[in-house]
Amino acid sequence: MKNKYSIFSLIKNAFSQHENWKQAWGDPEPKKEYEAIIIGGGGHGLATAYYLAKKHNIRNIAVLEKGWIGGGNTGRNTTIIRSNYLWDASAGLYDHALKIWENLSQELNYNIMFSQRGVMNLAHNLQDVRDLKRRTHSNRLNGIDAVWLNTDQVKEFCPIINTSPDIRYPVLGGTLQRRAGTARHDAVAWGYARGANEMGVDIIQNCEVKGIKRNGDQVEGVETSKGFIKTKKIGVVAAGHSSVIANMAGLKLPLESKPLQALVSEPVKPIIDTVVMSNAVHAYVSQSDKGELVIGAGTDAYVSYTQRGSHDVVEGTLKAILELYPIFSRMKMLRQWGGIVDICPDASPIISKTNIKGLYFNCGWGTGGFKATPGSGDLFAHTIANDEPHKLNAAFNLNRFVSGDLVDEHGAAAVAH
Amino acid sequence: MFLINCPYCGERDQSEFTCGGEAHIVRPKQPTELSDDQWAEYLFMRKNIKGVQFERWNHAHGCRKWFNMVRDTSNDKIHAVYKMGEKPPVV
Repeated sequence: MKNKYSIFSLIKNAFSQHENWKQAWGDPEPKKEYEAIIIGGGGHGLATAYYLAKKHNIRNIAVLEKGWIGGGNTGRNTTIIRSNYLWDASAGLYDHALKIWENLSQELNYNIMFSQRGVMNLAHNLQDVRDLKRRTHSNRLNGIDAVWLNTDQVKEFCPIINTSPDIRYPVLGGTLQRRAGTARHDAVAWGYARGANEMGVDIIQNCEVKGIKRNGDQVEGVETSKGFIKTKKIGVVAAGHSSVIANMAGLKLPLESKPLQALVSEPVKPIIDTVVMSNAVHAYVSQSDKGELVIGAGTDAYVSYTQRGSHDVVEGTLKAILELYPIFSRMKMLRQWGGIVDICPDASPIISKTNIKGLYFNCGWGTGGFKATPGSGDLFAHTIANDEPHKLNAAFNLNRFVSGDLVDEHGAAAVAH
Repeated sequence: MFLINCPYCGERDQSEFTCGGEAHIVRPKQPTELSDDQWAEYLFMRKNIKGVQFERWNHAHGCRKWFNMVRDTSNDKIHAVYKMGEKPPVV
């Protein structure tokens, strides 16, 4: 690695007031032609380029980003990472990602601040209890760590939770995945960008894709705000805008794009050292290293690309948060924002070839894509390089909506979508 | 969040309504004749337009009637509201 970060480089640069650090990735003009083009410079797109270069030796790649890298959902999510999914296909996919997360800082030589602080999912009614216990058993059969906690154990693990039996949604127990946790979202995009760029990948920001050129059933290139770029392979990782790109290629996808909101509070001293999610009341909370409470809300129930979201959604989430954590009643919220998430009818992603040669889609991550970033990039790179899916993403093909072989995580996941 | 002009009740808060998704998807007349591809197209594939979209809404916490709406999904601006069965306006 040309510019390896270490304690020594940190000390060396301290002597020059940190003014001589080299740029971590370049800012090139696009070439006329690339072997592969990735549309979307978020975590998933940059990871795809990184693994294409690293594992499949395809280095003549451009990542096209219409804004700045990591400025979409990568920079807007609540950074939760877990793999406690019910179905075998999802468990395989998300645990593959979790295993990569565990060593990612070392691999990228970039501190992504991965913190395995555990994720706890609460049960508030008897059906929740049955569902979460079932999921715990299913997780353990798939080799994923999961334990069931009763109400007292929940209280012991996270003392600020109100476990009184008198509240509207009493806590009847919960599941805990200790290997789960959080990571610094921006650092994930930056780490992959730096790693990919070092292997020769061009990262082109402020470059919007305007059209996809096809010759019959084969892609020929992309029309962009910086001119036409020729290529035979296009990987689309455009999150909420996947349908917009698909429409350019004359494709329709089973997606609806909706605003998903999150908010952070003013920073306070450490008060919650884990991640707590609640399915029934749709509220989840963790605390960032800066001390802000990071709170995830739900989606609006209509298609919108506005990156805002409705006030009543946030209000509902905060009501639930206040009942579960009375200690937060006088906290002030600092910022609120929305990201556009592309949701599949079965709430599972699509990592797939299409019926157009050389056009691949990695989309449909809905409300929970961040946790899958390294695994998604790895498997999508495999799919693009070999023109065949890896066995871990074979179930997540586009054809499942025709065959009916859906991966129905809707409601089976740890948090309602 | 926005205001919706219900064709039966007048202007109300959007939180009183539920969205029924893309409008004018016609239910197949002879479902038994459909191929798997056609079923997938009818059930799952959506235009998901960024821009002017035609969609169905229901005034769930009001008159509970269904109607159609033309809305720009890039800025949530509503261009037209019309009753079920009426011809979609040209926007």
